[in-house]
This record gives sequence, C-alpha cells and structure tokens, in this order.
Amino acid sequence: MYTPLTPDERQAMLQAIGVERIEDLFADVPARYRYPKLNLPPAMSEMEVTAEMQNLAEANLTVQDFITFLGAGAYHHYIPAAVDHILRRGEFYTAYTPYQPEVSQGTLHAIFEFQSLVCALTGMETANASMYDGATAVAEAVNMAYHVFRGKRPKAVLSSALHPQYLATVHTYYDASDREIVVPHEGDPTPGPDALIEAIDERTSLVMVQYPDFLGRVYDLSALAQAAHDKGALFGVAVNPLALGLLKPPGDFGADIVTAEGQPLGIPLSFGGPYLGLFATRKKYVRKMAGRIVGETVDTRGQRAYVLTLTAREQHIRRARATSNICTNNALMALAATVYLGLLGKDGLRKVAEINYHKAHYAAQRLASLEGYELAFPEVPFFNEFTLKTPLPVAEINRRLLDYGILGGYDLAQDFPHLDRHMLIAVTEMNSKDQIDLLASALDEIARDAAA
Amino acid sequence: MSEQIKIREPLLVELSSPGRRGVRFPESDVPPAALPAGLVREDLPLPELSEVDVVRHYTRLSQFNHAVDIDFYPLGSCTMKYNPKVNEDMARLPGFAHVHPLQPEETVQGALAVMYYLQEYLKEITGLAGVSLQPAAGAHGELTGVLIIRAYHRSRGDARRNKILVPDSAHGTNPASSAMSGMRVVEIPSDARGNIDLAKLKAECDDTLAGLMITNPNTLGLFEEHIEEVVQAVHEAGGLVYGDGANLNALLGVARFGDMGFDVVHLNLHKTFSTPHGGGGPGSGPVAVAEHLVDFLPGPIAEIVDHDPDDDTPVFGLVMPKRSIGRVKAFYGHFGVMVRALTYILTLGAEGLRQVAEDAVLNANYLRVMLQDTYHIPYNRLCKHEFVAEGRWEDAPGVRALDISKRLMDFGFHPPTNYFPLIVHEALMIEPTETESKRTLDAFIAAMKQIAREARENPQVLHEAPHTTPFGRVDEVKAARELVLTWFDWAK
Ligand SMILES: Cc1ncc(COP(=O)(O)O)c(C=O)c1O
Repeated sequence: MYTPLTPDERQAMLQAIGVERIEDLFADVPARYRYPKLNLPPAMSEMEVTAEMQNLAEANLTVQDFITFLGAGAYHHYIPAAVDHILRRGEFYTAYTPYQPEVSQGTLHAIFEFQSLVCALTGMETANASMYDGATAVAEAVNMAYHVFRGKRPKAVLSSALHPQYLATVHTYYDASDREIVVPHEGDPTPGPDALIEAIDERTSLVMVQYPDFLGRVYDLSALAQAAHDKGALFGVAVNPLALGLLKPPGDFGADIVTAEGQPLGIPLSFGGPYLGLFATRKKYVRKMAGRIVGETVDTRGQRAYVLTLTAREQHIRRARATSNICTNNALMALAATVYLGLLGKDGLRKVAEINYHKAHYAAQRLASLEGYELAFPEVPFFNEFTLKTPLPVAEINRRLLDYGILGGYDLAQDFPHLDRHMLIAVTEMNSKDQIDLLASALDEIARDAAA
Repeated sequence: MSEQIKIREPLLVELSSPGRRGVRFPESDVPPAALPAGLVREDLPLPELSEVDVVRHYTRLSQFNHAVDIDFYPLGSCTMKYNPKVNEDMARLPGFAHVHPLQPEETVQGALAVMYYLQEYLKEITGLAGVSLQPAAGAHGELTGVLIIRAYHRSRGDARRNKILVPDSAHGTNPASSAMSGMRVVEIPSDARGNIDLAKLKAECDDTLAGLMITNPNTLGLFEEHIEEVVQAVHEAGGLVYGDGANLNALLGVARFGDMGFDVVHLNLHKTFSTPHGGGGPGSGPVAVAEHLVDFLPGPIAEIVDHDPDDDTPVFGLVMPKRSIGRVKAFYGHFGVMVRALTYILTLGAEGLRQVAEDAVLNANYLRVMLQDTYHIPYNRLCKHEFVAEGRWEDAPGVRALDISKRLMDFGFHPPTNYFPLIVHEALMIEPTETESKRTLDAFIAAMKQIAREARENPQVLHEAPHTTPFGRVDEVKAARELVLTWFDWAK
C-alpha cells in the first residue's frame, strides 16, 4: 500500500498536533461540504487491478496486431529496448523539474544533450527542453513571433497543409484574442507553399509551414523563406524529426523557428500521448522562447555543471507577462528522444530515414500501378507518407482492409470533404516488402470487387 | 571549456567515436528509390555511440538525481508522492502502448473505456458535470479553463467581460494562462489570515468580471475560510469561479469543488493521482466543469454512443462537445498518464482516496507543529496538505531559505519549494504527502532543527552546503551570461 502510517502512529501524531480525531483537521471545511459519498468502485488489490486493466487493454487491437499504414501525425516505428530501460529508472521518472541543480544534474545534463541534438537535427541554434506536442509547439511559435515584434505584427500566416489538428489548436488558442490567424486556402491543403506568399505583409510576424506537409509532400522552402524575410516576418517550419535524418534541415532554408512532433523519436503511439513537442530557434530570439532552457556552467567545486537558465522569461517569475504559461512540459519524453538519438546516432538515423524513404517509394510505385489508383501528387517528392487517390471512398476501403488484417491509411475526407477518395499512407521501417505487396493486392481486389 | 574545469560525466558528443553504432536495422528489402535532388542534407552532426556507451552514460547520470524513489521530496505545491510501480506496467501493456490514435473506434474500445471511466470518476471526485482529459498539464488546463470562461460569456453576448482576478498567492501559471488567453489580470491581495481579501475582491466584482482563479486549499496550504462568500460574490457579479486543483490532494473524498460552487477546475493527475513527474513532465491537466459549461469543453471526449444489441455492453465513441472551444492539442490528451491515474483510482477506491487526503493533511500538520517553535510560520493555523515556513531568523543574519534548502540535501532530503508563494519572505513551502512514514518525517524534523542550530552556531556550513552531493552550488550568473545552451556553442 502507498500510505505507510500505522493506526498507532496516526494517534501519536494527532496527539502531537493537539487534536483528537483526524476529522478535526478538516474543521475549516464548511460542514455541509464535508465527506460527500463518492460513488466509485470498491478498492482493488494490485492483482485485481492488473486483471481489470489487462481486460481493457485487450479490448484494443494494436498496431502489432495489424499490418499498419496509418500515420497522419503519429507513426509506428521501432523503439530500441534500451530507451525504455532508461525511462524506467526511478531516478529519472520520479524526479521533479530540476529546480535544485545540486541534486538534478542527471536531468539537467540530459536536457543539455537534448537541446544539442535538437539543434543538430533542425539546423537551429537553440532549443527548449520541450513542449507538450507538435500542435502546441506550433501555437507557441505563433506566440513567440507575436512577442518578438511586441505585438505590433498581430498576424500569423499559416499553411493550410499544416496538420489539421495543429491548425485547430492554434485557432482555439488565439481566435478570441487580438492575434490574426490567417490560413490561406484553409480547408484545402493541396496548394504548395508558394500559395502563402501573397498573404505575407508588414503586419505578419510569422509564416509557418509543415515539412513534410500533412499530405506527405516535401518542398524546397527557400522561396517562401525569402518572401517571409523580405517582409520582415519570421519563418517557421513544423517538421517530422525522423525525416531530418535524410532531408535538408529547415535551418538551411533560413527557418527562424522549427517545431516538431517528436513522437517518431522513440516514443510509443500510446493512443495519442504523451508525445513530445520540439521547439528550436535562432539564438537571438532565445529570450522570447517559451519553456525551460538549460545552460552550461560550473559548480563551486570546479566541476562542469548544468542549470535552468533565463528563467526570467517564465511564469514563476514574470507571471502575467511571461512569454508563455508552460510549466510542466514533456521532459521524460524528451529523455526518450535523447536516448533514441544517442543510440541511433549519425549512421542509424540516416539509415532508418532512408529505409522509410525507400519503402514508402516502393509502396507508392506499387500502388500507383494498380487499376483505379494513382498518386495525388506524382511530381512532388515525399518522405515516408504520400497521398493516394482511390477508386472508392477511403472509409469503405479501410473497412475492407481490416479483413486482411491491414490498418489502412488516413481518410483525408475526415478533414477535407473535397478530398474524398484520398488516402494518406505511411510506410515505415516496420513494413516489410511482403506487407506492402499484400496491401497492393488487397487494394486491387477491393477495387475489382467494387467494379464487378 | 577552459582547462581547469573538471568533467564528472562527459556529454554524448564527448563519448562519440567515428564509426561506432548503437542500433542495427534490417537491410531494406525493397529496391532503392532515387533520393530527392536538392533536398538531401549534407551533414548530420549526431554523435556515434554503442548501446553500452549510452546505457552506462544515462545510468550514471541518473545517479546524480534526487527522486521520490530515493528519499523524501517535500517540494511544496508539487505533491511528490510515491508513484506506484503497477501504474507503470499498466501504461506499458501492449494494448495501451501500441494503439494508434486514429484507429477505427471499434478497434480501440478499451482505450475509450479508459478515458470514459476516468472522466466519470473525476466527475464524481470533483462533483462536477463534465470532464475533458485533453489538456497536457496544469497550466494547459488553466488556459483551457479560461478559454471556456471566455466562450461562455461570449455565448451570452457578454463580450465585455475580460477581467480575471488572481490572488497574489497564486501560482505563476494562473496569471500567465489568463494573459495568454487575452484576458486582463487583476491581482487580489491576501488578508492577514492568508485568505483572499474579501473586501478587495468585492471591489473588483463588476460587470467586466469574467472570473476568479482561486486555489483551494491555497498555496499557503490553507483552506479558504470564506470560500462560500467568495464564490457568492463572484457569481453575483456574473463571473465564474475557476479552481486551480493542483492542491486537490488535501481534499480527496473530503470536499468537492462542485459542491462549493466552482464552475471550472483543472486537476493535475501528475500530482494528486500519483502519475510520475518525469523530471518535468509529462503531466495531465484534465478540466472539469459544471453543467452550464459542459458544451464548451475541448474535445473530442469519450462518450457512450450506443449499446451492443446482444449483451447491452456500452459502445464508446469520441464526441466533440456541441459548442466546444475546439481542441487544445493533437489527439485526446496524455493517454499513458490517464492509464496510470485510472489504475490508481481503481486501486484506492473512495476510502483509499479519503485516506490519502487525511494522511497528507495529518503529515503536514505534524511537521508544522513539530517545526513551529524552530521556524516562523507566518500563517500558522490548521493547514491542509502543506504549509509555508520562513527560512530566516533575526539572530542568524545572512542565512536564507536557499541555504537551508541546500543544507537539507546533505541529509538526503530534497528541499522544499523556495520563494513561492511570493507573499512569504524566504518561503519554504513544505508538502510531505501521504506516502511518507512517521519515521521519515521525524528524520526530517531532526534535520530541520539541526540546521536551525547551525544557522546560529556555524552558518558557514549552511552557506557552503551542500557538502555530500555529487555537485556543489552552481554558478547561475555564469550560465545566464555565457549562454552555452548546446555543445555547438562551445566553438564560439
Ligand atoms: C498551484 C499550482 N498551480 C498550477 C501549477 C501548474 O501545473 P503544471 O506544472 O502541470 O502546468 C502548479 C504546478 O507547478 C501548481 O503548483
């Protein structure tokens, strides 16, 4: 049990306090509120609760039960065993935010490594010690850009090909405020990045796109970055960090802010969270950045040490004038990503990114050759996810695919009614050639059955 | 780095050797495709390590941390209780850990059941009518709650209401979250007994009032003695009452926010419901609301959408509340954290939860009473889950709360929270939680008393503390001045 006091100890302590009964400790709670009857299931032993939770877990099918081609912002990747072994160390997961550096060097040192690895990956100069997820990281980018211009540029121009849930999150955060969230062609993710250029003006603080975008497409972003900078705006890019094992980092295009959903870096799917928001920027904006930042220093014994720094940006000091309200973030997931990147390293990350690329391209070529199917954007490069036009509504195809043991791609009609019959297909290192071939023959059969 | 600086543990980049590998992937079994011209990166400056390098490195690093699993962690406001091991195992069951958030609903009925039952139990525990599990942490829940308040007023054509009242004892996230949602923040002072100053509160209760953010018990660990009048004043002015539920540990099974008339609260599953802090997250900050706000909750949330025609078992689905403020993050929230919290609630049941609150409050009052002759406690009355002492004495000039905190490390304890709440000088905010034994508390009391003696007799030992930890005090000024924030900054 988790409460170690014995009845005798309780009695002794009550006596020391000078009250008779435990209830006396709640005398300041108005009597009419005290001790409501809670209608909860009776307490369970560990044995019983394990059985109960196992029942619930077994009521789910997992990506391991299926052949999975579903991505759309959360991806099925291999996680080396060592990652979770490190996360399971109580010294890491039962510690708080490292406010006391003398007894938190483990966490602080790992965060410094995380910041360094995020910068290595994105081509940026500085990174914070995490945001909640990819969606809120974009919302924080909008906020940071607004503060960089001290509110004088209220407008953020966001790509309609950002993940629709990221856009929705940004709208929730700011629609009722004085920020202007402008999404040219909102509701239609198909225009490329240059479609944003027209909307950029002197009132724009941020221009932000996704790379690869929600439809899987990878564009050269130099022209858009230039257009943003020409008007004095910041240029932001939301990335898939695994893709950066292979693709040019946004820093090379001149990005000022890079955000990411860090889930592909060693974090399990876990029905949507907890994941990891990455946030990196140029050093000149570090004082406007949200979240924890760790810096290098020395201790009184002359040892290299790490400490939370620039805390005057944060809510516990600045309160209503803080750069953001974020406090608890997703530090343990940042540790997962750090260990993952440490294990894969230079060679491993490139390798897994290439495997994703090749498998997805094999799949794209196989599927596009099927009667009735074609690539939606055959001319545009992609990484591990692409959009396939289908001869039938995707929902219908996906229902049929379940009979083959296949978890089909994402049905884009859910967000974009005019993209009915468009499936977003993710292929990762977890998919073998045989699985891809099976998907191809299943899709072929489904189309033929429908035609017959 | 300059020569004299000692390196206790290298960084990954210093452990790296060209050509070393930690993970091997299977060779690709498909024909290679041409890489996209002009879009391939030239350089990937990541370290190169073997698995054993990495595991030893992080194992060694872990040993530099203090943690709940090691010893007492009385960090006020943070509820550093023990994190049950079975919760960790449950979150890692394949049926939870390997489920994609966008799978068809019929394939994730167990996951939706987890969400649904957790929502139901949190409603029951708070006495409120609706819950969204989407917010990722406490501050995120606050932002969500303020957005709900704003949406509610606007839906009634009351768009002028843009003022949020926040007591001066509030956690920094309260004003920050309010400001982030575009609200105007007005601070309300506390009175001599540590309650919100009722007269000052009432003076601000006008027709621009959107709401009050209140923490109860407050950050002094005190139950608001005029809570009924406070709620009434805000409601009469047309405002809503937001409860920061970070301190719910004191009231589990003892009193409910809903019964007290709160309109919206957030809970910190990573405090009250024993899910681990992870060195700074992930948390989970569900928002619970009264009936009139249920439709504004962020979503989607889990609901029973049907019943199986054969055996009448519920069929769960994800539903967006009718007038939802929208989503506040991708997907549904920190599901892995929800699994842990549900496991905890099922393990404890109603009586176990009440036991949590009772022992948490008993432990805090015991510490308070045992230390009150040694440390000045400015608002010294019956406390709830925590109390705030001053870390200074007139006859020990020069000794600060920080010195006391650092010295506590030599006894194997994590320090209390320092310098919060802001209304207490040299604050030491002490929250023992229910998972500590009397033996631990007595050892802590003895340490605190010894430190108080040392403050007079040998203050140097405090100023130079800690002595026994792997690291001494760090130079924060140097860190802020030099801003070495990555290993790439070394070159400069
Ligand atoms: C009283 C209080 N309110 C709000 C918060 C913010 O919660 P979180 O850190 O989960 O965002 C905290 C914790 O840090 C707190 O102690």
